[in-house]
Amino acid sequence: MRRVILSKAGPDGPRRDNNMRPSIIKWTLISLCVLFIVIMLILPLATVIVYALRQGWETFRDAVLDEYAVKALKLTLLSAVLAVSVNTFFGLFASWAITKFHFRGKQILTTLIDIPFSISPVIGGLVFILIFGRIGWAYPFLTAHGVKIVFAVPGIVLATIFVTFPFVSRELIPLMQSQGKEEEEAAALMGASGFHIYRKITLPHIKWGLLYGVILCSARAIGEFGAVSVVSGHLRGKTNTLPLHVEILFNEFNLTAACAVSSILVFLAVVILILRNIAEFRVKKETR
Amino acid sequence: MKYMSFLKKLPPTVLTLAVMLGLFAGYAAKGGGASPAIAAAGKTSQAVEITNVSYDPTRELYAVYNKLFQEYWKGKTGQDVTITQSHGGSGKQARSVLEGNDADVVTLALEHDIGELEKAGLIDAGWVGELPGNSAPYTSTIVFLVRKGNPKKLNDWDDIVKPGVEIITPDPKSSGGARWNFLAAWGYAIDLYGGDEARTKQFLKDLFGNVTVLDSGARGSTTTFVENGQGDVLLAWENEAFLSIKGHPGEFEIVTPSISILAQPSVAVVDEVARKRGTEEVAKAYLEYLYSDEAQRLEGRNFYRPSNPKILEEFSDTFNLKLKLVNIDDDFGGWAAATEKFFADGAIFDQIYKK
Amino acid sequence: MFSIKRGQSSSIIPGFGLSIGITLTMLSLLVLIPLLSVLLTLSGTTFEVFWKTVTDTQIIATYKVTFSCALAASLVNLIFGIMLAWVLVRYEFPCKRILDGLIELPFALPTAVAGITLTTLYSDKGWIGSLFDKIGVKISYTTTGITIAMIFIGIPFIVRCIQPVLEKLDRQYEEAAFVLGASRPRTFFKVILPEIVPAALSGFGLAFARCIGEYGSVVFIAGNIPYKTQITPLIIMNKLEQFNYAAATSVALVMIIFAFVILFLINSLQSWISRIARG
Repeated sequence: MRRVILSKAGPDGPRRDNNMRPSIIKWTLISLCVLFIVIMLILPLATVIVYALRQGWETFRDAVLDEYAVKALKLTLLSAVLAVSVNTFFGLFASWAITKFHFRGKQILTTLIDIPFSISPVIGGLVFILIFGRIGWAYPFLTAHGVKIVFAVPGIVLATIFVTFPFVSRELIPLMQSQGKEEEEAAALMGASGFHIYRKITLPHIKWGLLYGVILCSARAIGEFGAVSVVSGHLRGKTNTLPLHVEILFNEFNLTAACAVSSILVFLAVVILILRNIAEFRVKKETR
Repeated sequence: MKYMSFLKKLPPTVLTLAVMLGLFAGYAAKGGGASPAIAAAGKTSQAVEITNVSYDPTRELYAVYNKLFQEYWKGKTGQDVTITQSHGGSGKQARSVLEGNDADVVTLALEHDIGELEKAGLIDAGWVGELPGNSAPYTSTIVFLVRKGNPKKLNDWDDIVKPGVEIITPDPKSSGGARWNFLAAWGYAIDLYGGDEARTKQFLKDLFGNVTVLDSGARGSTTTFVENGQGDVLLAWENEAFLSIKGHPGEFEIVTPSISILAQPSVAVVDEVARKRGTEEVAKAYLEYLYSDEAQRLEGRNFYRPSNPKILEEFSDTFNLKLKLVNIDDDFGGWAAATEKFFADGAIFDQIYKK
Repeated sequence: MFSIKRGQSSSIIPGFGLSIGITLTMLSLLVLIPLLSVLLTLSGTTFEVFWKTVTDTQIIATYKVTFSCALAASLVNLIFGIMLAWVLVRYEFPCKRILDGLIELPFALPTAVAGITLTTLYSDKGWIGSLFDKIGVKISYTTTGITIAMIFIGIPFIVRCIQPVLEKLDRQYEEAAFVLGASRPRTFFKVILPEIVPAALSGFGLAFARCIGEYGSVVFIAGNIPYKTQITPLIIMNKLEQFNYAAATSVALVMIIFAFVILFLINSLQSWISRIARG
């Protein structure tokens, strides 16, 4: 859509007269932005890669294919997939309720949904300890039934869900708000059922916002550190996620391996972002 | 009206939630399923699994000790033992056990941290006396790590409090190692000032005034000093200092001050967990074997001071055995008193930072 | 509490019951009940003790450090966020897609990794830190370092809030203003800026709230010196390390309240502005 507008605007009169100045502004702005991104994002990334490879390819490969690193990767992916599914499910319903209806307390509801976003991940982990931990109120019941939540996989999944809770709904709400609800109302008047309306009218509009939310949620879930660190117990090969494994390697004075494993995370992030770009491109092509 | 439609839609809602809960319980069962499996395995004496929750600097030690113990245990009982390690700051690790991280044994930096587990009922009272040397199979002390050639001529505690010296140490509030650092410095100053607490406190105030980075754990401090090149001197565990020198030959030197502290990292079986999992026997053997001659030598090679004096003597080229050491029980009245006096909220450590 | 307003109950779109039901159930199970456990833990604490804990001078100092750094970081991000969004939406240039794709990186990079690399980079021995060291500026282990880490984690918020609004903005108004003789900066400030203010505010609030809670990346780059470079989440950790759950949850509660208030203000402001915009 962007492109169409740009190509239309190209040959317009006023543009040409002022060709010099806008292009100065344009390139100043672009270079400022590029500089900012280089300093704040690319250099840290480059540091990771440079450190990862500073002892050669062999060391890198060993660190990445290490038994514990692979186990940590599996756990990270599992918890990310679960967290993303739960939060997507939630996001779809929450955004529908919030944008298509008027009700009292909506502001509070939206704010409550956003809370995990801004709470320190440390607190995000702590709350589950306060419930399911040995000092928590649910502990006697759980041990009696042989269920272990914190310091085991379920705790890690829960903490990841908590931290990434608002990501999908946060993307959908503003989008659906801006689209209004006239179309849905018209369809409802014609007697279409709720899910039919959703599938035929709402979903096509929010497809790319939803995808974006899912991608963001996955990215954050994969990278989550603080909350998971509190509930994990750092049991090697059992409750270590990839970010925790990085911390362990770092604490073993093995900065090279730590960076090598981090680069898996960087790689995952880049793949996710490329997928997003492809998806965006496809969606735009379709709508054209 | 709307509530009616909600009621109509209630079945799918309940169904979805049930499915989710079910999925979740499935995972919960999978995670929790580990302990019954172990208990069952213990009976057939085919394999047994124990978890050792330890503090940061012991990673390298237990990586080799676990292999040694596995062989020993296999030879003795014919049983295979798997040991899961967990490392982190001592306080943090103790807390995770207290909060339900199922450890069969804890091997932490301070008696105090294990004392907290005793208070919580996880460990039976009297654990300190169960193993020789206050349940400390190996000891260590606090030394200075300085840059090659000791450019600032830092040879004792009074050198590092001089203006312009930058000190790196972890935070005594969160790090076990840092508490030993603090007490070692206190031990020196109280001796220097002949017991004058006010002047000793000023000494510590000057010392912490020179601290530029206060990481939350010992490993963090070492990285700050070694990798990021901060500071002139790192107050470190002796074994950490040796490890840093081993990892970066020719870049650092160890300086032993005139007075330091006998740091006793303690070990204990977590009775509640071991009883539940039926691992008491192997857990106890795991700790006792730390006192065997082979294990003591292994500890010496990993730069811990063996508690067996004869074996310690074998390592006299490595360790400065003439160093005068204060210790926690005789000079500070035990950990409970020391914590109360120095590290509790509002106690001396907080006071020296207050303006 | 969450009933449809009488006046507008004529909404004919179905699914309110189902969607609000699921929303509330999941919200309660996954967020609210866990958060309430903080209150439950505090139930044994009297208000005096609570108040004394959270107003301790050392903790007040951490609020100051946390809030001032978060504010500075969010302001920097606000300026660069608007700029980035503008550049990404309005201009075509080589490698634009890469630049666009990189924006989410801070979400995906574990905060600990970010903290470690930023510290290495900005310490006086690092690539960037050594440049600043020559002019006598220390970045790592100071409040500047904390701000840098917070800028890093806050980058995506503002850009991604503004971008869709800019994309949808009808360029006719701009062109019109421009044809009518308004200068480019004037067009920007009078025509475009008002349109993106709600989105920018929302992004600012989110970034700010996120910065306040940030722990993983900041602890590495902050010197953690009491009264100078300690952040509030670190205090929570410190209290926990001392097995002082009551104090830790007291400070946590204060943080939760701060977060709630900030988000509530932002949400209200946003809906107020959009209501005005709609007339």
